[in-house]
Amino acid sequence: MADYIDALVDAAADGDGVSLDGLHVARTGDGYRLETPSAERDGLSESALSDALSDFDEYATNWFFWSRVVGESSPQRRAFLRWVEGADAEDQSVPARYDALRDGIEREWGQLHVTVTLDDDGQRHYELRHVNEADREHDDLDTYHEPLAARQLATYDEKGRYRPLKSGNNLAGGWVFPDLDGRDLVETVETFYPASVPNWYREREGTLDVEHWVDTIGRQTGMYSVVKTWNRGDGHEHVDWVAESCCDDSQCVKRREWQYDDETDLDVDGGDGAFPCREPCSLVIAASRKWTRLEGENTQTYEFELTPSEKEQLEAIVDAVADDRTDDIREADVYEGANRYRARFLRAKLFDDDGNLCGVPTEDES
Amino acid sequence: MQALVIVAHGSHLNPDSSTPTYDHADTIREVGAFDEVRTGFWKEEPSIREVLRTVESDEVYVVPLFISEGYFTEQVIPRELRLDGWDVADWDSDGLSATHVTLPAGDVPEKTVHYCGPVGTHEAMTDVIVRRAESVTEDPDVGDGFGLAVVGHGTERNENSAKAIEYHAQRVRDMDRFDEVQALYMDEDPEVDDVTDYFDADDIVVVPLFVADGFHTQEDIPEDMGLTDDYRTGYDVPTEVDGHRIWYAGAVGTEGLMADVVLERAADAGADIGDALEVVRERTRKTPMAGD
Ligand code: SF4
Repeated sequence: MADYIDALVDAAADGDGVSLDGLHVARTGDGYRLETPSAERDGLSESALSDALSDFDEYATNWFFWSRVVGESSPQRRAFLRWVEGADAEDQSVPARYDALRDGIEREWGQLHVTVTLDDDGQRHYELRHVNEADREHDDLDTYHEPLAARQLATYDEKGRYRPLKSGNNLAGGWVFPDLDGRDLVETVETFYPASVPNWYREREGTLDVEHWVDTIGRQTGMYSVVKTWNRGDGHEHVDWVAESCCDDSQCVKRREWQYDDETDLDVDGGDGAFPCREPCSLVIAASRKWTRLEGENTQTYEFELTPSEKEQLEAIVDAVADDRTDDIREADVYEGANRYRARFLRAKLFDDDGNLCGVPTEDES
Repeated sequence: MQALVIVAHGSHLNPDSSTPTYDHADTIREVGAFDEVRTGFWKEEPSIREVLRTVESDEVYVVPLFISEGYFTEQVIPRELRLDGWDVADWDSDGLSATHVTLPAGDVPEKTVHYCGPVGTHEAMTDVIVRRAESVTEDPDVGDGFGLAVVGHGTERNENSAKAIEYHAQRVRDMDRFDEVQALYMDEDPEVDDVTDYFDADDIVVVPLFVADGFHTQEDIPEDMGLTDDYRTGYDVPTEVDGHRIWYAGAVGTEGLMADVVLERAADAGADIGDALEVVRERTRKTPMAGD
C-alpha cells in the first residue's frame, strides 16, 4: 500500500478526521466514512478504507501533497502554492484540477511565469521563467536550480544596467528554473520580488497594512524629512505625478495600493499587478526629495523662438527619455526627433557656449 | 526556529553596496547555524520595513551591518522594524557598547526580535581588520615591519564613528603585532591624505572601516592617498607613495571573516549557533596558515 494512503488512514483515525478539497474521511460509530463529491462509503474497516482510497487516488495524493509535503508551517507559502494551481477554485473538482495539472497550469507574477505540473505520485513540479519567454525552448535558456541564483538575475536589466527596484518592469530574461519544488519556488519568487508573497497573503487575509503617502513621508527623518514640506494645502496633484512617473505598470509591476491619505485617493490608477505595493518605496521617497526641492522653485517667463518642428522635437526627446526608448532609435533615423544627430543639430543651432537654450540665461541677469 | 536577519544600507546607484551583505548571509547560511538567514535594506528590497514578514521563525536575531552606533542603528532601523517600546537608553551604550535588546515588533507580534548592536563596534571586528591586512598582503603573519592604518569618516557626521575607529586601532596596537598602528580620518586630522607622514615603516596597510566598497573607498581614499590621480585607471597593491609601500585593502566589510562578527552579535544576544564560529573562521581564511 502506498505511503500516502497509510498516512491518510492514520490521519483519518485522529480527532476530526481528514477534510480537504472535497475529500472527507472520518471515524464514525461504525467504522470509517469516506466521501467525495461523487461518492459516499460508510462503515469501512481500516483495510476496507485503504482499498477504497485506492479508487480515489487523486484525492489521496492531493491530500498528501497539501498536508504532508506543503503542510501548514507557512500559511503564506501554502496559500501561494494553492493559488498557483487554482486549488481554491470552488467549481473545480480534484480530478478536473489533476487533468489540468497534467497539461500544466500557468500563472503570472510580475514578470515571472510559473508552470506547475504533476508527476505520477501527485508531487508538484514548478517551472519558472520570464513572462516574455513562455514559449522559448529550454535549450535557448540558461538553466538554474538554486533559488538564490535569482539574486544575480534580478540585479541587471537587459542592457546590463543596475536595477535599483526589484519590482521594476525591466527584469531581464534568458533563464529558466526548470524544476523547483514548492518551497524553492517560493524562495525563488521571493528573491526576484522580495516580500511579494507575504504582502499578497496579508492582502487576501484583509490585513495588509497599507501606509499612504502622507503617513509614509510623515515618518521620514534626516535628509528625507524635507519631503513633508512638499504637501501644501489640500492638493495632491504632485503625488499624482509621482505615481504616474514611478508606479505606472509600465515602470513597476506592483499594484499601488497606497493613496494620498486615508480619505483621498490619487487620480492615477494603481495598475493591475498581481501583488500589492503597500507604501511609497525608498526609490520614490528619494526621488520625491529631489522633486520637493525642484518644485519649491517659482516659475519664470522665458522667451524662446522655436520653429514648430523644434518645439515638437523637444517634446519627442522628453518622450523618448521618459519611455526609455533612446537606445532603440537608430543612428540614421533622422525622422525621429530624439535621434542623436537631430539632437546634436538642435544643440549646435540653439545653444550658446554656456549651454543656454536660444542664448537665454536661466537666471535673470538684470 | 531561529532566524538571522542582516540589515544594511544598500544603494539605488551602486550594485556593489549590497554584495558584502549577501556574501556574509550566504556564508552563514552554509554553516546551517540558523533555520533561515534573510537580508533587509534601507535602499533595496526587502525593505527593513518589510523584512520581518519574510521570516517564518519565531526567534529573530537582527544584526545591523553598520560600522557605528548612530542615526541608523538608533532611529531608522528600530522605527522601520516597528520595535515596540524601543528606547535607545535600553542599550545603555557609551557609543561602543550596545549589545542587544529583546522586544516584540508590531509587524509580527507573534515573534520575538533580538535587536543587536552594529557589527562595527564588536570586539571581533578587530580580528577582521587584521584578517583584511593578511588578505591584502597575502601573508598570514603580516605585522613585522608593517604599519597599519584604520580609516573612517571623522566626527563630522557622527561622533561614534570616530570612536569605533579609535577603539579598533587601540586594540590592534595592543596586539603588538604591527610596528605602528594609526587611526586616520577622511574629514579631519589626522587625515588619510597624509598617511605617509604618520608612519616610519616602509610598508603600510590601509584598512578603511566601511561596510561596502563605494564612492568613499574606491574613489576618495585612493585618490586622497595619492595611489592614483584618477580612480578609474585603478592602482597597484602595493603602490609606492613618498618612499612607502601602501597596501590599500578596500572596505573591511568585504572580508569574509565579517560573517564571524555577525554571528558573534547574534550569539551574544542568545542565538544558539553551535560551532558555527569556528567553521566560519576557517572557511573564510584566504591565506593558508603556516604548515597548511
Ligand atoms: S512605490 Fe510605486 S514604484 Fe515603488 S514599489 Fe510601490 S508601486 Fe512600485
